[in-house]
Amino acid sequence: MPADGGIGASNKRREDVRFLTGKGRYTDDINLLGQTYVHFLRSDVAHGVLKSVDVAEAASMPGVVKIFTGEDFAEVGGVPCGWQVTDRFGEVMQEPRHPVIAHGKVRHVGEIIAAVVAESHAEARDAAEAIEVDIEDLPAVVDMRAALAEGSTKVHDDLTSNLCYDWGFVEENKEAVNAAFEAAAHVTTLELVNNRLVANPMEPRVAIGDYAPGTGDSTLYTTSQNPHVIRLLMGAFVLGIPEHKLRVVAPDVGGGFGTKIFHYAEEAFCTFAAKAVERPVKWVSSRSEAFISDAHGRDHVTKIELALDAENNFTALRTDTMANMGAYLSTFAPSVPTWLHGTLMAGNYKTPLIYVNVKAVFTNTVPVDAYRGAGRPEATYQLERVIDKAARELGVDPIALRRQNFITEFPYATPVAVEYDTGDYVATMDKLEELADLSGFEARRAEAAARGKLRGLGVNCYIEACGIAPSNLVGQLGARAGLYESATVRVNATGGVVVMTGSHSHGQGHETSFPQVIADMIGIAPDMVEIVHGDTANTPMGMGTYGSRSIAVGGSAMVRAAEKIINKAKKIAAHLMEAAEADIELKDGAFSVAGTDKSVAWGDVTLAAYVPHNYPLEDIEPGLEETAFYDPANFTYPSGAYACEVELDPETGHFTVEAFCAADDFGNIINPMIVDGQVHGGIAQGVGQSMLENCVYDSEGQLMSGSYMDYAMPRATDVPFFNVDHSCQTPCTHNPLGVKGCGEAGAIGSPPALVNAVVDALQRGGHDITHIDMPLSPSRVWQAMQG
Amino acid sequence: MTELSMTVNGKTVTGKAEGRTLLVTFLREELKLTGTHVGCDTSQCGACQVHVNGQPVKSCTMFAAEAEGADVRTIEGMANADGSLSVIQQAFQDHHGLQCGFCTPGMVMTTAALLKENPKPTEAEVREYLEGNICRCTGYHNIVKSIMAASGQDVSAIAAE
Ligand code: FES
Ligand code: FES
Repeated sequence: MPADGGIGASNKRREDVRFLTGKGRYTDDINLLGQTYVHFLRSDVAHGVLKSVDVAEAASMPGVVKIFTGEDFAEVGGVPCGWQVTDRFGEVMQEPRHPVIAHGKVRHVGEIIAAVVAESHAEARDAAEAIEVDIEDLPAVVDMRAALAEGSTKVHDDLTSNLCYDWGFVEENKEAVNAAFEAAAHVTTLELVNNRLVANPMEPRVAIGDYAPGTGDSTLYTTSQNPHVIRLLMGAFVLGIPEHKLRVVAPDVGGGFGTKIFHYAEEAFCTFAAKAVERPVKWVSSRSEAFISDAHGRDHVTKIELALDAENNFTALRTDTMANMGAYLSTFAPSVPTWLHGTLMAGNYKTPLIYVNVKAVFTNTVPVDAYRGAGRPEATYQLERVIDKAARELGVDPIALRRQNFITEFPYATPVAVEYDTGDYVATMDKLEELADLSGFEARRAEAAARGKLRGLGVNCYIEACGIAPSNLVGQLGARAGLYESATVRVNATGGVVVMTGSHSHGQGHETSFPQVIADMIGIAPDMVEIVHGDTANTPMGMGTYGSRSIAVGGSAMVRAAEKIINKAKKIAAHLMEAAEADIELKDGAFSVAGTDKSVAWGDVTLAAYVPHNYPLEDIEPGLEETAFYDPANFTYPSGAYACEVELDPETGHFTVEAFCAADDFGNIINPMIVDGQVHGGIAQGVGQSMLENCVYDSEGQLMSGSYMDYAMPRATDVPFFNVDHSCQTPCTHNPLGVKGCGEAGAIGSPPALVNAVVDALQRGGHDITHIDMPLSPSRVWQAMQG
Repeated sequence: MTELSMTVNGKTVTGKAEGRTLLVTFLREELKLTGTHVGCDTSQCGACQVHVNGQPVKSCTMFAAEAEGADVRTIEGMANADGSLSVIQQAFQDHHGLQCGFCTPGMVMTTAALLKENPKPTEAEVREYLEGNICRCTGYHNIVKSIMAASGQDVSAIAAE
């Protein structure tokens, strides 16, 4: 560990002190003078015609300030979608209007029908119960296959069908892929479900709208991963408020995992209502509400086929996926099953021909959007499962089959449009074999067998595209935003540094890791550097934190701004020492003139910038503050190999995760402690998806798993200690820090390892089982064992 | 509304509550002790964990009125007298036992209760005791490690920093 606390040091997190003492400031901890409370009356039917909403009695109840219905929002813009996908016929996707409050129809359980603003939350809730709603039930569209069938009930009457888009990628390769399958020596086919999940950050969403009648300024406090994105979407598309009259603040955010990226109706409501009632309006989601209003994740049904030649080389891959969009298009929903999924189908392998088809489907369910990994876990799961199945069909070692097909030369242009800049899949697999002590597995298996248990081993690889994203590229792919990041570096007169960044931590520890970079660049202590984020009023326009992009894109912007600072500071130092600028060196917080013993301290230069008595005013301005916007040249491509060992009770189908190992390549690492923590958390979410979590609707569109009693969150007893390693490092070639990002890897890489391990255990136990759909609950495993 | 009086973190406090006001709501809204969090509405997550008369309690499962006259301790009362982090809090920081921090107050309160009952818990005992506390960020690895370290056990053999 570097002694100076710079890049590569496991600095303890400074934000922990406030979180550990109850002094965090989350959105729900904010209370404004004169604040009112809103309670949303939500639909308890999945699909129906909204015949009437009678608020007369409710409006006269104690404490009620005002009640809003869909009528009040008829003239306001709908909640926008930020990505337009073009289908395989060149047509743009079908895009329904998403009203802030339901108007005319309700389309999922949980959709807002009315909003009661009152003096207290209890009074708002009481009054909401007195609202009379008349809904004429319509058949609910829940199953994706049925939704696409001819004559199905439509979720949106004004669309031609429930098909949002039919996407083919790469369409031009389709015939060649089919021909490769005709010529294949072996074809492995697998049909699987990527189960629907609920992100469940432990902090439920909260929104507080505030309006200043004196200036006409609106402020929204919200639980968001990206306040600038919310300001742009809500201001420009929903409420028509220009950015200079709208401020969005996201203080401490209690986890997000994607679900706090999106702009939600409740945010627009609170901002709108605060102006209407001229008082602050606060909404705090209950957990039950979160289950029916936070965007869900995953929910793909896929058929994947892998073609191999007689030497077991992969020759082609073909997939056919239905992706659930829910009732409306959430902010980034259309991009998840397409550009975040299809472009990853090459995985770590040199499969020359790939064709991906995705049909996105509207159903009467909560909107589905990005959840940790977003599209990349879906790609990894199907690919790594079909490879495992192929190995077992062919009677070859699953690791050997992977190694044989690894991409080994970089840069590597995949047949699915992306170019991997760097990686070393052999190295991560070698590291994994060592970490997981694979050579000792046979002994562990035999020992378990002696106790009557089936021990199974599952291994897989993953690749992800992070550091989202080159703006011109994503623009061509349908993004309605740029995906650069920004940073302003402000150096104060006495030498302290403030970095204002568009990235925003929701648990990743930016307040600790970002200063490590600046400390390294200047040679000052990290505690001289402060991070400001989460407030559009004091950060430059930035796109926020998701897609493992903060250090790769936000960190790069910070480096670029700091470079500008250092260049200017060198000019000042040169002036102070009467030397040539080219001879100035910055090291350990001091500027010196090469080849001499002349030097000035960092603080002398910063002071001169603000007290410019002896200063080159004719050449440069006073002050020391610079902004940079960084637009990445490419994605980054973290990769790795994961292993899971399970022990299964053949009597009951119950199994335990005995070991989980991860060998990741994240390129360069800023704070290893934080990186390990990110991987741990990701693995636990992947283990949750693969053995516990399942978001289930019945045929009426009622959510069956709407609380922690029914939706099984991973608990401490469900997981072991994890063995993670990131010593394999192939630095990113196109960003200044050589970093790739680590936030999603664990969630992407872990589900196939667990499922592969259970299938392995069952096959070793003599069961002819090739696949079980997630989550692998004891009952599903037991049923599979019964044939 | 009735006037309630109780001892919170060693100080006598008073405040108003309806009969239906939960203890957690009273702490957060009436006493402005916002360190205690609400993560669910089914008593499953443990983000609201406090101590009442020395016993661990999910403060969302108890009415404020039931705590009349009680001795309540919350996360705001867990640091050392001089304001420095207590052994448990310091162990969580040292071993990266928190990320977003939302579950953390509950985890610290649960840990304090566990170590009072069982000063040197095994890994399995720690995991078992955390059954009522959900963390979505850490995968529990570093929480379990922090708790074992707080109990004075050597955790250096457990993988990772
Ligand atoms: S808020 Fe009390 S257990 Fe979840
Ligand atoms: S640290 Fe985020 S929920 Fe535990």
